[in-house]
Amino acid sequence: MTDRDRIVVIGGGHNGLVCAAFLARAGREVIVLEAAAQVGGAAVTREFTKGFRASGCAHLSYLLDAGIARDLKLASHGLKWARTGLKTVALASAGDHLVLDGGKLESGTLSESDRAALAAYHAQMLRFARVLAKQHNRQPPRLGGGGRSDFMGAAKLGLDIRLLGRDSMREFLRIAGINIYDVLEEKFESPLLQGALALDAVLGANLGPRSNNSILALLHRLSGQSNGNNGFSLPEGGMGAIGEAMAAAARAAGATIRTGSPVARITLEGDVVSGVELENGEKIAARTVVSNADPARTLLSLLGARHLETGFVHRVRHIRMKGMAAKLHLALDALPAFARLPAELAGERLLISPDLVYLEHAFDHAKYGQCSPEPALEITIPSVHDKTLAPAGKHVLSAIVQYAPHDPRASGDGPRRELLEHTLGVLERHAPGLRRQIVGSELLLPADIERVFRITGGHWHHGELALDQMMMVRPVPGAAQYAMPVTGLFLCGAGCHPGGGVMGAAGRNAANAVLATERAA
Amino acid sequence: MSIKDEMNRKEHFRKAVWETPFHPRTSALNSVNEWHRWKDYTTADVFFDTALEYAAIRNACAVFDLTPMTKHLITGPDALAFLNRLVTRDVAKIKPGRVGYCVWCDDNGQVIDDGTVFHLREGVFRLCSQERQLDWLSRSAHGFDVKIVEDTHEVAALALQGPTSCAVLKAIGCAGAEMMKPFDIRYFPFAGSELMVSRTGFTGDLGYELWIDPPRALELWDALFDKGENHGIRPMGTHALEVARIEAGFIAAQVDFHCANQAIMLDRSRSPFELDLGRLVDFSKPNFNGRRALLEEKKKGSRFRFVRLDVEGNKPARSAYIYDKDKNVVGTVTSAEWSPSAKANIAYASMHMPWGRPDDELWAEIYYQRELKWSRVMARCRVVEGVFWDPPRRRATPAADF
Repeated sequence: MTDRDRIVVIGGGHNGLVCAAFLARAGREVIVLEAAAQVGGAAVTREFTKGFRASGCAHLSYLLDAGIARDLKLASHGLKWARTGLKTVALASAGDHLVLDGGKLESGTLSESDRAALAAYHAQMLRFARVLAKQHNRQPPRLGGGGRSDFMGAAKLGLDIRLLGRDSMREFLRIAGINIYDVLEEKFESPLLQGALALDAVLGANLGPRSNNSILALLHRLSGQSNGNNGFSLPEGGMGAIGEAMAAAARAAGATIRTGSPVARITLEGDVVSGVELENGEKIAARTVVSNADPARTLLSLLGARHLETGFVHRVRHIRMKGMAAKLHLALDALPAFARLPAELAGERLLISPDLVYLEHAFDHAKYGQCSPEPALEITIPSVHDKTLAPAGKHVLSAIVQYAPHDPRASGDGPRRELLEHTLGVLERHAPGLRRQIVGSELLLPADIERVFRITGGHWHHGELALDQMMMVRPVPGAAQYAMPVTGLFLCGAGCHPGGGVMGAAGRNAANAVLATERAA
Repeated sequence: MSIKDEMNRKEHFRKAVWETPFHPRTSALNSVNEWHRWKDYTTADVFFDTALEYAAIRNACAVFDLTPMTKHLITGPDALAFLNRLVTRDVAKIKPGRVGYCVWCDDNGQVIDDGTVFHLREGVFRLCSQERQLDWLSRSAHGFDVKIVEDTHEVAALALQGPTSCAVLKAIGCAGAEMMKPFDIRYFPFAGSELMVSRTGFTGDLGYELWIDPPRALELWDALFDKGENHGIRPMGTHALEVARIEAGFIAAQVDFHCANQAIMLDRSRSPFELDLGRLVDFSKPNFNGRRALLEEKKKGSRFRFVRLDVEGNKPARSAYIYDKDKNVVGTVTSAEWSPSAKANIAYASMHMPWGRPDDELWAEIYYQRELKWSRVMARCRVVEGVFWDPPRRRATPAADF
């Protein structure tokens, strides 16, 4: 084996690690270069206040591909679950909370018709999500490719939709591109139920409930539940445990992982990849470079637009990838008491999104560069189930704050202070006395997520999950098969099919694409 | 008021069609008052008689107002790198003071436009194009430290074409112009300003293009017609130029090919190979727009072949279908004229592969009207190697006076 046979993976995020593990298992010499001090990318556990640790970006596991977890033996590499199958609690400020377990109402007040509609809605959405889930492990067909595998890929997708049956197929095609607001208005009466269900469709997205594509974003989120995992789950030690287990699996397979090694550029010889150069000037020769970084960073910064063609660069520059979600971490000296919520439910998934209009208004402010005065929240208190995150008797609250302005009108630290204040105001209303329990806090705005996790635009998914940026057109048309136009360069991150969420499928699909390209050469 | 001033004052919309800085002279000379619109400028079709204007191109010299041609000034540290990624040929080989003909493609290797790159001074380039290109150039500039300005309205330009053109140039004060080689650029002092002269043109004859500040335009025109009188100088319109263009073997965008970024149907655009411009594609450059697609085309073969045809008879085969001997349509004529110099009925055609080989039996279907009655002839066509008109004086240096 020569230097040239080496494969470099840029970025030790979960997809990069999965890709490295599968390539190493196939006998390749693999080096993973991670810029940060720890692996995992968006699946990472960070100390934000002395003695308190939280999942820094993603805070729930619900998309992890069960096949990948099995193949890489993540359990034997240390992945343990602190809690699986979290219930969802839609918090009502008046105290009549709804406790949901999938499509079943466990407690709270809903009309007879809402109960029936909820069960039917949940079942149908899962059925639709399964269509997406079936695509996760397939390389998207090349549009206009004309090859047999491209034809078969497109045919399989069509068949999966057709196999929903006539009525479900029609419904799928009707709602797939539209918005969650209209669908929920059509099906439900309870504003609280509508608000909670809508939040799942817009979390992490640059979409309001009335934005088209919010159904697709929801189906993506649900697709994990039909992929054999355990619903909303908390790994022991935070989401970083997933990254650590993947890293251990990659190392066990023979991959080398170097942290604190930021890559400055991808180097070329003619029009073929020759390796990478680190920020410290070190050069590493490689015949194949697989990038876990987002498509814009990989292609425009690390490679450089001049090595690509105008039309392709134009498409990459216009990938919609503006993050609109903030991440809140609170260190608390006691378990917060949510009004009229039994203490044993405090560790479930708590949603604050009282109705559809509340959620849309929260979006409106952020859309125009302001901090939502009343943001919607997805809250977890993982320390209820996991004692490793906080000192005994103390707790960690992690919340996704929807929405944060992507381009705040105000500069400096103003927007952060303002959004933190607004968020604590909303929390205090539902959990009186919570402010006094705070011993430390951290709020990551999209710009911080961009900086800390090196994601252009600070969008978790490395690009909005929408009809025009999914499957065979993700990240951009002509590059959805993991191989980039420059020979030897591949993408393996969330910016590729099947997209974000701590899933690993993009990493494995990319590894398969690398191996298939080698075989074809 | 200059057009730029009008645009700055946002008053340009009041006039849908502009006049070039030469308009006071061209309009006075246009005895038949026939004009058309060329990129928002009014342009003479013909001044008196196309045949006489054509005769001036080939036997004396003729002046054509090419101010409306789209021009871009490209500067900055990455100007060369930018152009090399844009066009298919190697711009590094176009040294300062030289001009190169080139085409540029989209990612699919389909020709967007053709034009000329003028390497005006070290690192300073002018790109002239048939179509407006600022949008594509600006898109292509991402990632390059380069400044692109469309300066169409800030440069007045004339083509001076024909055997006596060099003599006229020398007579207006361009001493040593005869030593300019084809595609050379030289600067001469003129009327207190600078006259840029390039040995370029669209006629395939000895000829030059003259570039000057708009306020000096009329002085340049007057000097040419004053000193050129004894050299048979005439103004020419686009009709005469069109005949000369086709004789000389030059293609025209939107006539001989459809610009790729305006094509909707996939088979309407053409690659450089499909326009017989393979010599302009330099695969030794590691990257340029269309490179991968063109390499693929090289491997798999082209869909079309561009050919020059000598058509039987004397009726121009404009827009004619080309048939094989079994009456199957195998191509379409894109440009056709009677060539007075070659004494031949000439045409360009885009043929479906593999048609257009030297000994293919091809027929053009020509329709013509006499006294309102339509008639049709099937004329035998012969594929011609090389261009129809290529006199030694086109390239001879020093240029003779004739």
